[in-house]
Amino acid sequence: MKAKALRDAFGEALVELGRENEDVVVLDADVAGSTRTKMFGDVYPDRFFNVGIAEANMMNIAAGLAACGKIPFVSTFSFLACLRAGDQLRTSIAYPRLNVKVGAGYGGLSDSFDGPTHHSLCDIAVVRSMPNMTVVVVSDPNQTKKAVKVVAAYDGPVYLRLSRAEVPYVLPEDAPFVLGKGNLLREGSDLTLVVAGVPLARTLEAADRLAKEGLQARVIEMPTIKPIDREILVQAARETGAVVTIEEHNIMAGLGSAVAEALAQEAPVPMEFVGIKDTFCESGPYDALLDRYGLSVDDIVAAAKAVLGRKS
Amino acid sequence: MSSQELIQDLKERARQLRRDVVEMVYRAQSGHLGGSLSAAEIVAALYFHQMRIDPQNPQDPNRDRFIPSKGHAAPILYAALAARGFFPREDLWTLRQVGSHLQGHPDMRKTPGVDMTSGSLGQGFAAGLGMALAGKLNGQDYQVYCLLGDGELNEGEIWETAMAAVHFKAHNLIPIVDFNKVQLDGPVSEIMPIEPLRAKWEAFNWHVLEIDGHDMNQVVEALAEARRLDRCVVIIAHTVKGKGVSFMENRHQWHGQPPNEEQYRRAMEELGGGQE
Repeated sequence: MKAKALRDAFGEALVELGRENEDVVVLDADVAGSTRTKMFGDVYPDRFFNVGIAEANMMNIAAGLAACGKIPFVSTFSFLACLRAGDQLRTSIAYPRLNVKVGAGYGGLSDSFDGPTHHSLCDIAVVRSMPNMTVVVVSDPNQTKKAVKVVAAYDGPVYLRLSRAEVPYVLPEDAPFVLGKGNLLREGSDLTLVVAGVPLARTLEAADRLAKEGLQARVIEMPTIKPIDREILVQAARETGAVVTIEEHNIMAGLGSAVAEALAQEAPVPMEFVGIKDTFCESGPYDALLDRYGLSVDDIVAAAKAVLGRKS
Repeated sequence: MSSQELIQDLKERARQLRRDVVEMVYRAQSGHLGGSLSAAEIVAALYFHQMRIDPQNPQDPNRDRFIPSKGHAAPILYAALAARGFFPREDLWTLRQVGSHLQGHPDMRKTPGVDMTSGSLGQGFAAGLGMALAGKLNGQDYQVYCLLGDGELNEGEIWETAMAAVHFKAHNLIPIVDFNKVQLDGPVSEIMPIEPLRAKWEAFNWHVLEIDGHDMNQVVEALAEARRLDRCVVIIAHTVKGKGVSFMENRHQWHGQPPNEEQYRRAMEELGGGQE
């Protein structure tokens, strides 16, 4: 299957965006070569600020630029964006609702060989509990390009979780990206798989395996973690009676929790959570880490069967 | 107005601001006095003389900006904004109360005239740099003034900003250090010394103007000089924490403590001359 690194899709999208909108500025903290914001910097040097290894400073500079009408994209590794610069993001961007877009690179385990210091498995938990924040997790190259444009057009702070990984083109090319909307990718009536981010391809593979066993899984891709699409979730829970969430994040306080929060009030059903089980991981090849730490296709299939066993 | 009349007028403004600060914190029974009183001359000179602002158009894109990066000095900013007519003076007595637009620390979305939300130390200076860069990109000639606390200089982010501002040639960004020598837990020289302060800024390639921050002549001249020079300029203003109220001066206990009724009366007497 044709594939592209999501960071490349991000870099290309920023260049296109820069051409369309003069107010777009990009800031990076000495990882522009890695996150691919260098592509923007090469074309628009006047609108590109490499602030050096100073993520906190970068976040506040972006706040000031936004307060004067610019549309800043700040780019760094996601664990730094949400933790090193987390207070800056909360206090100076989320609280005053400034129009800053955080391009959170290297999400999840995608910086796999650099190890747990560079893995990012609690970022969704942190940013989604900040009022005013919109949280987006992209899952394929086309969608990444669309998401960049859409979040740029939205007036308010957005955390856009990206990835270093090369990811197949999973979604149809004409699949729309609408903030706050989930994508129904496959119909099914036995259970629902809700997925965000890179594990989308693995989730579809798991759905195929379940189908071969006669189990029809509905598949919903949920690129906007916040505000979450309650409507599509409640309908799926009522119609299928069981939900499994799949995410490249600690199973605590990420997508799974957001789905559970939505469903607990309106349509509680048995749930299982596929993701990193509250542990630090280790260095290694990306796919091997996903397999070893709970995100294999087998893990998704097993969770589906477990949740079906609990379905009344 | 002759320059002598201007200085007299600004001195009187500073005195009035101090009275409003003490009254605000007394009525709220909460708020930061010491670091508001030390900055009275600086804030008076900015809001009644130096800054290009229009209370009728607080969002004017070409206005000068002011960010108290030491956001706990909110009372002195609120006093100045009220005196300039950004909102009614009566609002001052709602400080820190439910429903008030005057938060414990400045909120740009609630208070007319507040240019940036601040209060988590170390951040306002960098936000000011962002505003300065936006002005340069847009070809606007506004200035961005940032009031830094001396204790705040303990924060590493301040020095990240100091590095970056020079690198990006943000000559329209003017930090003013309210060097009152006292932080929350005690003297700066004991808690986390920042001397030699002038040498630190110079080592970061800043031009330093060192003044007595309570001498209005020096404050006014330094602000004009900083605007005139086409390079990164920092004003180090030597001040006294709690300035103007004898029993508050130089005492860290008055960093964030409200006065009781007797202390309030004594303070207002010392700040004197008031028809209120």
